[in-house]
Amino acid sequence: MTSITTADLSADSPLAPPVRARRRARATGRRIPLGVYLYGGLAGVLVLLGIIGPWVAGNVTSGNLSERLLGMGAGGHLLGTDGQGRDVVARLIAGARPSMISALLPVAVSGLLGSGLGIAAGMASGWLHSLIMRILDVFYAFPAVLLAIAIAAALGPGTTTTVIALSVVLIPPIARVAETETMRLHGMDFMEAAHASGASTLRIAGRQVLPNVMPALLVYATSLIGLALVFAGGMSFLGLGVAPPHPEWGQMINEQRQNMYTAPMTALIPAIVIFAASLIFNQLGDALRDLLDIRRSTR
Amino acid sequence: MTTQLLAAGESVPEAPGRPLLDAQGLVKVFGTGVRAVSNVSLTMHAGQTLGIVGESGCGKSTTAKMLLRLLTPDEGRVYFDGDDIHRMKGRKLTELRRRLQVVPQNPQTSLNPRLTLEQSIAFNMTAHGYGAAERRRRIPELLDRVGLDPSYARRYPHQMSGGQLQRAAIARALATEPEVVICDEAVSALDKSVQAQVLNLLSDLQAELGLAYLFISHDLAVVEHISDRVAVMYLGRVVEEGPADQIWHDPRHPYTATLLSSTPGLDHSRIVLGGELPNPANPPTGCGFRTRCPLATDECAAAWPALMVRTPDHYASCIHDEPVTLMRDPASSS
Amino acid sequence: MSSHLKVTGLTTTFGRGDEAVHAVRGVDLEIEPSGTYVLLGESGSGKSVTARSILRLYQSGTTITGSITLGGEELTTLPERRMRELRGSRIGMVPQDPTGALDPLRSIGAQLMEVLLVHRIVDSKAAARARAVELLDRVGIADPGRVVKAKPHMLSGGMRQRAVIAIAIACNPDVLIADEPTTALDVTVQAAVIELFRELQERSDMSLLMVTHDVGIAEELGGEVGVMYAGRLLETGPIGEVLATPKHPYTQGLLASLPSPGVERGHLKVIPGRPPLTGETASGCAFAARCPLVTDACHVVPPALVRVGTGREAACPVVNAPDEGSPATVSGFSAGASEELSA
Repeated sequence: MTSITTADLSADSPLAPPVRARRRARATGRRIPLGVYLYGGLAGVLVLLGIIGPWVAGNVTSGNLSERLLGMGAGGHLLGTDGQGRDVVARLIAGARPSMISALLPVAVSGLLGSGLGIAAGMASGWLHSLIMRILDVFYAFPAVLLAIAIAAALGPGTTTTVIALSVVLIPPIARVAETETMRLHGMDFMEAAHASGASTLRIAGRQVLPNVMPALLVYATSLIGLALVFAGGMSFLGLGVAPPHPEWGQMINEQRQNMYTAPMTALIPAIVIFAASLIFNQLGDALRDLLDIRRSTR
Repeated sequence: MTTQLLAAGESVPEAPGRPLLDAQGLVKVFGTGVRAVSNVSLTMHAGQTLGIVGESGCGKSTTAKMLLRLLTPDEGRVYFDGDDIHRMKGRKLTELRRRLQVVPQNPQTSLNPRLTLEQSIAFNMTAHGYGAAERRRRIPELLDRVGLDPSYARRYPHQMSGGQLQRAAIARALATEPEVVICDEAVSALDKSVQAQVLNLLSDLQAELGLAYLFISHDLAVVEHISDRVAVMYLGRVVEEGPADQIWHDPRHPYTATLLSSTPGLDHSRIVLGGELPNPANPPTGCGFRTRCPLATDECAAAWPALMVRTPDHYASCIHDEPVTLMRDPASSS
Repeated sequence: MSSHLKVTGLTTTFGRGDEAVHAVRGVDLEIEPSGTYVLLGESGSGKSVTARSILRLYQSGTTITGSITLGGEELTTLPERRMRELRGSRIGMVPQDPTGALDPLRSIGAQLMEVLLVHRIVDSKAAARARAVELLDRVGIADPGRVVKAKPHMLSGGMRQRAVIAIAIACNPDVLIADEPTTALDVTVQAAVIELFRELQERSDMSLLMVTHDVGIAEELGGEVGVMYAGRLLETGPIGEVLATPKHPYTQGLLASLPSPGVERGHLKVIPGRPPLTGETASGCAFAARCPLVTDACHVVPPALVRVGTGREAACPVVNAPDEGSPATVSGFSAGASEELSA
């Protein structure tokens, strides 16, 4: 019998660890998808604007009425001016903060709480599982706007109101995704082995379940960011969010509605920005999902 | 096996016959009235292999889950080293989990696909207080012991073949230095040439570490090869139990004989069963096998026969003493 | 004869260029009318791909070369429309998983009738229904009247597989291809299904191509066997002879590693390493890395199948060295090779 040496473990021997027959082996370690850098960078820019925006933008609340509704590029205004003569670009930059806060914070909060609830529900059995899911169903049915109105009645309108309302409203769908992904693991042998290992349920949830749930959650959560952006705009429209003259992207659309026929760009530009921002976060979610997909990122 | 504090003047009780794992009268009924397991009793001794063989629906997996305390029996008890496992709490329970491990069936799902091998094995060890240094030392040793290159520690399951995954699952089971390992169809999903390797590995490990195995399979040839004793299950009950070579050469239950003859290529006087496996929610009265048994009589409908001694240490639950002889030659009378 | 199936030089490649996966690399086989041929191999050997290539079940992105003739008619160049007519009527297929093969929403009878009507075996629904019941009875289903109205989930695994077999033989095909039809079944049910295949063959002049990894099933069925490994045939011949006196180290090792009573525990003879994945390449003989009789020459060129006896071929020049009196047998497979760094 030939003795097996380490040389036999080279990539070409059937004794060696199986290598995908087609590709030559690359350096070990994850391949980071291009998207992570690209969309991560763009998202980073948006967040940065959110942080420093208002300081950089200067005066965005009052404008020179003699410069109303100037077209793009006129009078030194890159994207023109709005109905009150305020520079559109400056308003966009300043408006980034409330928009980003309204979009990112609720998703982060409900992401944490929702996934916790969802995983707990998925791992619970019988009555506990039903209880959690039914409670979630109740919240699911809650119309977000009504909730926002109620909160606004207590706290007054503003970004805080929007954030709280959205956070509550987003918990059930996230929890449901988390629960579905957790349930998917039910029949799998490694879960049985994990329970038989003597580890606490919490450890199993964190160490065994969570890595399997993360990819789907991440994609779903990032897609909710775009939704949240639009929702924040809607809140402002109803007078529940950021009040004029302070800029906020969605609210900018609302304010300039009246100029739709004379200078449509003033209303369209913030809409395009919202669209672009939610696209960026969506794509970032996809890229992160690819990064986490170990089948694709390892050889 | 047990550590006991001796009172002055006491001597260590000699208990070579005391079983390590002792299940008595296990019953499990599922919500819809399906009697998955009825009155199953099994004993396992240190360093020995008990094989359980049966087809789908016979209750072997449910039994295994009750032995692992993943399911609570509706009736019956399971004793590990003298203690009732379903009443254990706290430290005793954690100890149980350390000493009783499982190697699951499906290599593709027996390890968490999102964890490296190292992380999967470390998970088990952390649950039992093995520190980081000890883990670092033991994991490469474990991998080497099961025939995997230690560099596999950083691999993910999708980068490994079925045989390698089963070896990894065995390594994980051994990580906590257990005494009993339940192999639930552990080689069923493997290619035959790889199966032989894993079976040899299991045997070697048993000899070296004094492990006791509960080996569950539907493949009688494999079970007979690796087991000291074999229990045959049908419709939730043990219908025959005895030393492995006796089960093979001198079966005393018609179902066992059928299983033997069904193994392809082995026995050309094939006994082909008519009928279908009865619905477990609506089993036949009396002996569950009678609807398909060539030797069924009216007497069989009365009650499911208890396990009766046929030869020393060999039990069967058939009213006929030597049913196989009858099946092979109906003219002979028992 | 119209049911003579002849495959020559079949190669099946998935994808192209660097990404190409060579699943089948030059397979020749021939099945006489009413004959049985068993393709024996482990996972990744290419046996299922061979069977499915004969039926041309692969779509774009797959390259199939070689010749496949049925009753003299070349199948590889047939237009897809013609091929569709052949599938189900002249070549029947029984796939591995009966549950996946049946439409869960329709009754068994409806699915049987569809085959009969599409291939115009009968011309009225009433005739189709009657034929369906008859077919279910032919495959040994006890209560065909009830089963014909049942949906797949109402039946057990064994009954589902029988129903699938009924569909496959509904049009009295010339050739029946069965791809591991019993893998998903319990062993007693498996025995009954293999019995059924034998019976069906005896009662008609249908030929059978059975793909399996189970040596016992090959032995049961009889006929010719082709042992596949890494996309190639390593050994062929009448099953009884090949199993009694295997002439390739792989076949020898495979047979030696089966657990049987009397083999001492821990001492099963093993083939070290693992079977190659589909399309995994190596220069020279694909088995060389695991073979106890390997020589330097084995790594250079894959050996061709050469005649080693009447109706027998093997692709190993070492075992069948012409200058030695009788072929070498592998005693070199060691027992207890669990220590080897391997699969």
